[in-house]
Amino acid sequence: MQYISQIAFLLIASVAGYFIYQRVSRIRKNIFLGKPAGRTDNKSERWKTMLLVAFGQKKMFKKIIPAFLHMLIYVGFIVINLEVLEFIIDGLTGTHRIFAKPLGSIYSILINVFEFLAIGVLFSCIVFLIRRNVLKVKRFGGDEMKKWPTMDANLILVIEIVLMFAILTMNATDMLIQGKDDHYPVTGEFFFSSFLIPLFEGMSVSSLIIVERFAWWFHIIGILGFSVYVTYSKHLHIAMAFPNTFYSNLFAKGKIENMPVVTNEVKMMLGMPAEGSGDAPAEVGRFGAKDVNDLSWVNIMNAYSCTECGRCTSQCPANLTGKKLSPRKIMMDTRDRAEEVGASIAKGGKGLEDGKSLLGDFITKEEINACTSCNACVEACPINIDPLSIILEMRRFSAMEESSSPASWNSMFQNVETSFSPWKFAPTDRFKWADELKEEE
Amino acid sequence: MSENLNQVPTMAEMAAKGETPEVLFWVGCAGSYDDRYKKVTKAFIKILNKVGISFAVLGPEETCTGDPARRAGNEFLFQMQAMANIQVMDAYAVKKIVTACPHCFNTLKNEYPELGGNYEVIHHATFLQQLINDGKVGLAGGGEFKGKKITYHDSCYLGRANNIYEAPREVLAALDAELVEMKRCRTKGLCCGAGGAQMFKDAEAGNKEINIERTEEALTTGANIIASACPFCMTMMRDGVKTKEKEESVEVLDLAELIAKNEGI
Repeated sequence: MQYISQIAFLLIASVAGYFIYQRVSRIRKNIFLGKPAGRTDNKSERWKTMLLVAFGQKKMFKKIIPAFLHMLIYVGFIVINLEVLEFIIDGLTGTHRIFAKPLGSIYSILINVFEFLAIGVLFSCIVFLIRRNVLKVKRFGGDEMKKWPTMDANLILVIEIVLMFAILTMNATDMLIQGKDDHYPVTGEFFFSSFLIPLFEGMSVSSLIIVERFAWWFHIIGILGFSVYVTYSKHLHIAMAFPNTFYSNLFAKGKIENMPVVTNEVKMMLGMPAEGSGDAPAEVGRFGAKDVNDLSWVNIMNAYSCTECGRCTSQCPANLTGKKLSPRKIMMDTRDRAEEVGASIAKGGKGLEDGKSLLGDFITKEEINACTSCNACVEACPINIDPLSIILEMRRFSAMEESSSPASWNSMFQNVETSFSPWKFAPTDRFKWADELKEEE
Repeated sequence: MSENLNQVPTMAEMAAKGETPEVLFWVGCAGSYDDRYKKVTKAFIKILNKVGISFAVLGPEETCTGDPARRAGNEFLFQMQAMANIQVMDAYAVKKIVTACPHCFNTLKNEYPELGGNYEVIHHATFLQQLINDGKVGLAGGGEFKGKKITYHDSCYLGRANNIYEAPREVLAALDAELVEMKRCRTKGLCCGAGGAQMFKDAEAGNKEINIERTEEALTTGANIIASACPFCMTMMRDGVKTKEKEESVEVLDLAELIAKNEGI
């Protein structure tokens, strides 16, 4: 009978592991609906970017208060998870605080550090809840944030608060049990959880064990459950931020990705030798992007990395002046469409052929046409997400596949073609300014 | 210098004489046709002549870089323009280009290499800064802008797109003026509203024009001069100043114009 809890633990951990594995494979597949992106060059620069931007949170520190609070949660998350290792060993072997004896006094120092961080996480999550729900910081709102995205954000914070309370409760009751039950090694005092002791004093040892066990199971099941939840949530940025920054665009932000297919055609039109022109034509596909499979896999990974903080949208000149464009919505729509397509494919459904598309059913022309390509959104993103490249790919689809660019742009195209200037001026007048200058003499 | 400051040699003329200039001045469509920006072109020509640099323009052989076409999604048109321009420039063995338009600058510098056009491209803000550093201009001191309040509006295609934030500010510093920054400057600089081919169409429905938002911010600095380094920014900021009925007291001037005026040319 003593193995029941160990079997239960193994079972629960396996179920969580299975779900996480399923979701990770699905997300991977969804990301690879996108086209190849290259971005495997310059490894040292990529590692450096990842270390600075994701691990070091460099861009977060443009806003110092949220950066500090976020850092507390981030460090807490990483360090407290070391304790999960002990949870897993204890859970599988039936031991209790297996590291307590071998580590001796270091163990109590460690747990005190974890508790300090747990308090930090608790504090930050409460402030974040206040920023969202009481102060109503503007960038957390917006049309795309109605319902689930707001719920998601609040849920994450509440779950983290509850999990931290579980740790503190577990430690507080543990201290009271120590010395009264041989299974519980003596560890020394835990500073922060000792403030909770008055709540449990006077309880019998057996009731204390029930509370301690409940808190232990609650915490570990909570963490496993939360890990599954994260894969459905904007909170996935905790993992995705790392590959996302690794595969950042390393070129100048002003450079738009070239289209080699077009280069070949243009070269042939101009009678210049085109690369691989002798080969059988590769599958050309669409010009630009109508749906997620026309984007690059980095674009879709960007979408899965987005934690909807709204820094991009809050800097977007179009959004600031009341236009429909919101770079955050571009990313959320891309993720939602990739999810929809992925789910349909998994069910043996129509997938990409469901009659819907990212441009049209999720993102409108009005949105993509409003972009000034100013790169404020790209600059603002703490993890180098690039909404602009998605917008530009969609403009390419509108212009080259549908010829549905705004009328003034079509006129501009025509001017460039016929007058070699975006305005309708006579090419013979191009050099008039020099004559004017000479007349000034 | 007694030399004529208004001469405009073309690449064709120089080639006929068997000469190759050190630098090609890429004028751009706004610099060629837009009445206001032609003044910037002329000011820059005067500076080039004054410092005695060997330069030329393409003149009638220059055509649109294709930037607005690419930003609006017409990749074919962009590449056609780019290839044609590259052919012309390569025929003249162009090595170095300077331009007063950040959009031309970005495209020539970052986007032409992949299509076979490899040149050293600098924007006139950087070019002017180098002239100042070399002591070729800006040494007059006590020029007409001494102590005047100037605010600099960052062009997105210089700033975020190409990380050029300090060169234009150093040019302004040479005027001995008082540089006052807007709240949103450098990496956080607010777009004038014209980038990404917006210059060539009306804005989508909203509650405000972007250039008004930006002009209001510039006006709150109390500066009498809004310095810009881009033809589109200049148009947008001038329209903004006009809309706010401040054209009597606030001027929008390009870096080249400021330097030329300071030099008394």
